[in-house]
Amino acid sequence: MLLELKHVSQSYAARRVLRDLSFVLNTGDIGCLLGPSGCGKTTVLRAIAGFEPITGGEIVLNGERVSAPGFIVPAEKRRIGMVFQDYALFPHLNVAANVGFGLHGQSRTERNKRVEELLQTVGLGGSGQAYPHELSGGQQQRVALARALAPCPNLLLMDEPFSNLDVELRERLSLEVRDILKQQGATAIIVTHDQHEAFAMGDMIGVMHDGEIQQWDKAYNLYHLPKNRFVADFVGQGVLLPGKVLDANQVEIELGTLYSKTPGACSPVGCNEGSNKGSEVEVLLRPDDIIHDDASPLLAQVEHKAFRGADILYTLRLPGGNRVLSLVPSHHNHAIGEWIGIRLEVDHVVAFPKIKNAAS
Amino acid sequence: MQRLPTAISKAPTAGAFIFKFRLPSGWVLAALLIAMLTLVPVAVVLSSLITPEREIWTHLVEYQLPQLLTNTFWLVLGVGLGVAIIGVSLAWLTAVCEFPGRRQFSWALLLPLAIPAYVTAFVAIGLLDFTGPVQTLAREWWGPIEFPPIRSSGGVIAVMTLALYPYVYLIARNAFLTQGKHALEVAQSLGLSPTVGFFRVALPMARPWIVGGVMLALMETLADFGTVAVFNYDTFTTAIYKAWFSLFSLQAASQLASLLIVFVLVVLLAEQQTRTRMHYTQTGKHSVQARILLTGARAWLAAGFCLAVLALGFIIPVTQLLLWASEVVEQDLDARYLDFFWHSLALASFAALLAGAVALLLSYSARQHPGLLLRMTARIATIGYALPGAVLAVGVFIPVAWLDNQFVAAGWVQSPLLQGSLMVMLLAYLVRFLAVAHSPIESQMHRITRSVDEAARSLGVSGVSLIARVHLPMLRGGLLTAAALVFVDVMKEMPITLMTRPFGWDTLAVRVFEMTSGGEWNRAALPAVALVLAGLAPVVVLTRYRSK
Repeated sequence: MLLELKHVSQSYAARRVLRDLSFVLNTGDIGCLLGPSGCGKTTVLRAIAGFEPITGGEIVLNGERVSAPGFIVPAEKRRIGMVFQDYALFPHLNVAANVGFGLHGQSRTERNKRVEELLQTVGLGGSGQAYPHELSGGQQQRVALARALAPCPNLLLMDEPFSNLDVELRERLSLEVRDILKQQGATAIIVTHDQHEAFAMGDMIGVMHDGEIQQWDKAYNLYHLPKNRFVADFVGQGVLLPGKVLDANQVEIELGTLYSKTPGACSPVGCNEGSNKGSEVEVLLRPDDIIHDDASPLLAQVEHKAFRGADILYTLRLPGGNRVLSLVPSHHNHAIGEWIGIRLEVDHVVAFPKIKNAAS
Repeated sequence: MQRLPTAISKAPTAGAFIFKFRLPSGWVLAALLIAMLTLVPVAVVLSSLITPEREIWTHLVEYQLPQLLTNTFWLVLGVGLGVAIIGVSLAWLTAVCEFPGRRQFSWALLLPLAIPAYVTAFVAIGLLDFTGPVQTLAREWWGPIEFPPIRSSGGVIAVMTLALYPYVYLIARNAFLTQGKHALEVAQSLGLSPTVGFFRVALPMARPWIVGGVMLALMETLADFGTVAVFNYDTFTTAIYKAWFSLFSLQAASQLASLLIVFVLVVLLAEQQTRTRMHYTQTGKHSVQARILLTGARAWLAAGFCLAVLALGFIIPVTQLLLWASEVVEQDLDARYLDFFWHSLALASFAALLAGAVALLLSYSARQHPGLLLRMTARIATIGYALPGAVLAVGVFIPVAWLDNQFVAAGWVQSPLLQGSLMVMLLAYLVRFLAVAHSPIESQMHRITRSVDEAARSLGVSGVSLIARVHLPMLRGGLLTAAALVFVDVMKEMPITLMTRPFGWDTLAVRVFEMTSGGEWNRAALPAVALVLAGLAPVVVLTRYRSK
């Protein structure tokens, strides 16, 4: 266990930015903080880096307390590397000098060796003499990464590292950066608002909202077993259909009865508990839970369709008026207004207690 | 004079005000102190407006004021109109139209900035006066003919317009270039001809910039001393100078200064007002726009107009200067010139260092403490560019003399220590040119973002090492520009130097003033050439910036 946040909170004036935030990151793991802008994820990063004090809880790095209310180990003493959203390269220094900036107390040859080694790693071997403004956005990003990795930091923090790059480069670079981090054995935390980036890079992902971590989990679980409505809504697509708890592991919805394969995993209401029997719930249905099947007697009307290349995302209207999403291979091309057959294939039953007066 | 203690006692009050919120750091105190350097002279000069001395006023009102006000009125009106018309038309031609020589003209038209207005002035008089070569030649060819007198409102206005139009040209040209071609294309697609489009779309869009440029030119006009002195055209600055030296009346000088500063503050207010309205409608690159192609007579008319302005504002004056200078260089260039050079160089270098350092301090403190307080402080500290040198000389001298008297009265020193020392002069330079140094440093300071600091800290570099390894290298360009600009401005500066220099500290500008007072144009040309050479440096910087 390298990094531990225990009940961290922070407030500016009267506003609470972070509340009761806890998570643990193991050595060599890559953690992601995922959330909409303004959720406080960058503040967490800056608190870990030592740029912001905290007003509650504590942060422990390598078994040593580094932040607590009224106590802060300054950023320059933490050996935490950081890659900034705007890269923050030093414009007056060339690439080699930028990368070597944090290498103190080494001989010139040692330093040059380490710099060249890192530039090789990030695919910029031989570019040491170039100046930052002569590089493209993606190259500047790599220099920033190399600079942060050079002093072998305890932990690497990356704040929206790919947000200034175009989509294609962003996807390629995020995989590349993950490989580099793994190869260097670095422990890292990456802040992003892009779930694909988080899924591609993170071993553990924390979904943040309103200064709180809603769920700290693996990508698979965030998608298939979200702990609350916010996570269900923010991660991936889907709809909530009204349903009723029947019995242990069973929920009835308009399309039939859903059975949870693992007893008690009917998350998060726990539909095997007797007390919940008969209670009204809302069930999460992902687009991949609804399979198109021409042979199925269950019919739904195509209301809207979005062509995506390999597949089409259909918005389907059920006879009872509810709508569901379905992801269908794109050669099943149906016209709007057509009735098509569907069937359910739900591995994880996710149901939330019904909110009174909820519109959906 | 008796108002002074009140003005000074404001400092601790302001300090206590912040004290309530948090301990004022060294940065805040330094910034407030710098702002006081500007505020005290202004307050001192303004205070003599509140405490008029009856005798002096009666004298002023009876003998001087009517003439001064009339002269100033015509000067401001004439130069304002002149720079607006010439500056805007040249800007439009070089920014939007296409004609032979446009590219060369677009930078060459900035060259008149390199010549101090008082130099253009004495060249004009030397050339066009009754005994000058132009009139002499005309008499030889056509017999006795009547020329309009060159020493007149018209003459001063023409010379000042030629010297100051680049302010409007530069700013209006930028406005035309950045406002984008689209607005004009929309106008054309709606059926307006380019000419109508200019008056109905481009000109109104550029108005805040144009007004800003004209206001800058008017500040220079009100501040001008050398030009009007050459023309014997009495304005407030020459009146202040005469009251100071011929009448030895500090009171009369400060009364006049207090009136002038009111005009200046009005112009300053107008300029600051227009600044808030300068929003770029289209940022980013100058689009590779299709220029309006001028053909035939119109093209030659455009080129001829540009050439005429350039010739009158730069080519003819410089040529004449060189001719005159070559006439006298052998007999005149002696050991005294070593002194003039040395004095100019020493003063300008020292002032450049001082202004650069103080501007850096001001900009740095605003960075350390972002917020309204230090933004306003910086704003106040840099209004000196609007204050005429003659006013500043009075405003700095009075409190310094007061301090001196206190020291003598307290028995700390035998005789006045500060007045008549270089310190007064440097202080006045500092106040006047702080803004010149501040703006290039400030614009580079914005490049040092918070994340640059944090990147350095996360790599284990902080404190003094951070300043030395990151901040200073990143600010180097801005610091150099600041120092160069102040250096040149101080070289050219006339009234502060004349009024506050220690005995015997003659500079190149002082030499120009003395020779032109005696009407010895060719002997004035020698130091003037040196000033023009120095003045070319910032123009080169400007054109380099613009070509980027």
